[in-house]
Amino acid sequence: MDNIIKVEDVVYEYLQEETNLKALDGVNLDIKKGEFVVIIGHNGSGKSTLSKHLNAILKPVHGNVIVAGMNTKDEDKIWQIRQNAGMIFQNPDNQIVGTVVEEDVAFGPENLGINPDEIKKRVETSLKSVNMYEFRNKAPHLLSGGQKQRVAIAGIIAMKPDCIILDEPTAMLDPSGRKEVINTIKKLNKEENITIVHITHFMEEAIDADRIIVMEKGKIVLEGKPKDVFTQVDKLKKLRLDVPYMTELAYELRKSGLKIKEDILSVDEMVMSLCQY
Amino acid sequence: MSILIENLRHIYNPNSPFESLALDNVNLEIKSGELVGLIGHTGSGKSTLIQHLNGLLKPTSGKIFIDNIDITDSNISLVDIRKKVGVVFQYPEYQLFEETVYKDVAFGPSNLGLDEDEIKKRVIESIKLVGLDYEDIKDRSPFELSGGQKRRVAIAGVLAMKPKILVLDEPTAGLDPKGRDEILMQIKKLHEKQDLTIILSSHSMEDMAKVATKLIVMAEGKIEIEGHPKKVFMECDKLRNIGLDVPLVSQLIKKLREQGFDIREDIITIKEAKEEIIKYIRSKKI
Amino acid sequence: MIKDITIGQYYPTNSTVHKLDPRVKILGTFMFMASLFIIESFYLYLLVLAFLGSILKLSKIPVRYILKGLRPLMFILLFTLLINAFMTPGKIIYSIGPASISQEGLRQGIFMAVRLIFLITGTSILTLATSPIELTDGIEKLLNPFKKIGVPAHELAMMMTIALRFIPTLLDETDKIMKAQMARGADFESKNILNRAKNLIPLLVPLFISAFRRADELAMAMEARCYRGGENRSKMKQIRFTRKDYIAFATILTYLVLIILF
Repeated sequence: MDNIIKVEDVVYEYLQEETNLKALDGVNLDIKKGEFVVIIGHNGSGKSTLSKHLNAILKPVHGNVIVAGMNTKDEDKIWQIRQNAGMIFQNPDNQIVGTVVEEDVAFGPENLGINPDEIKKRVETSLKSVNMYEFRNKAPHLLSGGQKQRVAIAGIIAMKPDCIILDEPTAMLDPSGRKEVINTIKKLNKEENITIVHITHFMEEAIDADRIIVMEKGKIVLEGKPKDVFTQVDKLKKLRLDVPYMTELAYELRKSGLKIKEDILSVDEMVMSLCQY
Repeated sequence: MSILIENLRHIYNPNSPFESLALDNVNLEIKSGELVGLIGHTGSGKSTLIQHLNGLLKPTSGKIFIDNIDITDSNISLVDIRKKVGVVFQYPEYQLFEETVYKDVAFGPSNLGLDEDEIKKRVIESIKLVGLDYEDIKDRSPFELSGGQKRRVAIAGVLAMKPKILVLDEPTAGLDPKGRDEILMQIKKLHEKQDLTIILSSHSMEDMAKVATKLIVMAEGKIEIEGHPKKVFMECDKLRNIGLDVPLVSQLIKKLREQGFDIREDIITIKEAKEEIIKYIRSKKI
Repeated sequence: MIKDITIGQYYPTNSTVHKLDPRVKILGTFMFMASLFIIESFYLYLLVLAFLGSILKLSKIPVRYILKGLRPLMFILLFTLLINAFMTPGKIIYSIGPASISQEGLRQGIFMAVRLIFLITGTSILTLATSPIELTDGIEKLLNPFKKIGVPAHELAMMMTIALRFIPTLLDETDKIMKAQMARGADFESKNILNRAKNLIPLLVPLFISAFRRADELAMAMEARCYRGGENRSKMKQIRFTRKDYIAFATILTYLVLIILF
């Protein structure tokens, strides 16, 4: 099985008083096993709604979402889907259940009815893989935002998912917390081959992704490798999205007649490109 | 209005096992009309400093003068301080509570004991100042607005107190790029048009480079670097040692200079960088 | 200010009391509370004091922790003492105007106050020496037999866990909202009680809205982590009765029997 997630022509509507708001309007998306996908777009573009479809919190009005071969409409498979596709939310405070770090990480496996010895093992390895093992006996409210998010990630890993969906996990963190979380998910993607779907407003977090998906008004409007997506500066600016700073500078320099590469994402690439000029 | 801070120290929970030094001998002068960027990690003392400016916290020792008046003096009324210094806290939309936007914005001025006409005048003015349509929004519930709109209403609620000094603690946190841009531009406009002294804390060095006229970098309760953004961002190594980011443009300029590019050192925005690089490359060609 | 409130505080050490099965501690506390309603004579008070003292010693909890917990209740203790002293008829030993203190009343007042101190100390030892999780686990296990008659044991325990988890978060939030409203000129320290109550609206409305938002998000996060109630759920930490627990239980039972007999 190559595609871990298949989204087929999905439509979703929020029922509002007067108008039916189409939050998703014909979305098609395939995500391969082990892929690192970043979704960007404005608030209200449908990113969050899409992410909630991937672990069966929401179900499509039209179309199908298939996770690890299971349709999210299939009521019998719902718990298996949620175990396979773990979900991290924006607010680090509102997703931690336990009063002690260790207990919170155990919450998921306990729900799956796994035996106590196995849970203990899983709690230990998952806390170690997010570098939070030494905090296992702490109360969550004493941790920093970045640490709380890492605990939440450990709680998901302990359920042994194939895929983790992160809905703006860095939006409420400071730069160092943001780095902690990004490095953690990059590591999980590389070392444990966990598929990552990462939703963010910070373009610099998208630079190393395998693929970027840009959403607007419930549709996918742009999709491809970071270099291919970010070089479409005009289109992104029209959507009022940011472009990585160096890509923007390269774009400005080209506009002024300097013939340098357009697919520059990082400072080092820019230096190299300018030195060759 | 100017701010002068002398030898300010603040200790939380003194004489208890939880005692911690949050501000350590802070000396600071902010001139009238400046737009000051306050940078530092969570726990660097930024928030503690901000809360001293309108008397929410009292210094353990030291003095704070606002417009040459010592606000640490016990005879000063808090209402007078809060009229002068408006503070917008992080995620200010969480403080909204009234049924309508009008009532919420009017909360501050009515606490000042103003008459109805004056309150109304101020509400209209401050809703306009944050770039919202007064007629369209005044009777709506603040809870049905979008995230960015809620935040503007909350800022309007503080502006309606007509402060001379406006302090904003991470006003762009949690917003999408469009929302971030809008709030930032609104702040810049307020600064230009309203003769306000503004103090702004943010994690985004790039945002600071765009708007601030002065930067203050804090770490472990002390002021580490202070000055014009151009000067502060040149101290790449020091910023990194504190564990803070350096704007990518500053990083680029530093690396280019190391490669022998003869360009100015004090460049912090993309626009400047573009001009400087083109000037250099053109000069090399000739 | 508001952060100084400590509810369900846990004092982590490795004492014998800490290591006991939470069920023993919960039942023990109830038996101890029952014993307080029986005691009458001075000597029995001494027995209770000795019993409580030795448990405190065993638990390795510093006495100042207990005293700290008593401090906010000083008013209630004093009130109990005075009401009893003034209201009980008997031999008058001191009078101020129309009110007078009787000898019986003073004795009664002191005993009631001491009883209250014992009660608070006993329950404090329970929460100080039992982690919140053990406490909720213990309650869940104790209530399990009543599931058949419709007592939602698991749900009650889960509610307690979540409450304990979110108390510090909400206290923190209260602090923040209070500061934000104070910056807009709100006055939370008004002398007038009516004004004070009215002034709480700008604090309570945002707090409730935030609590509901949190509850909503938490429910979704729990569902995303496969939570579906107590059915088929396992537990990482199993609580088991050991020899120590039987001994402790027997000791408390003996204590209760002694109190009843005398």
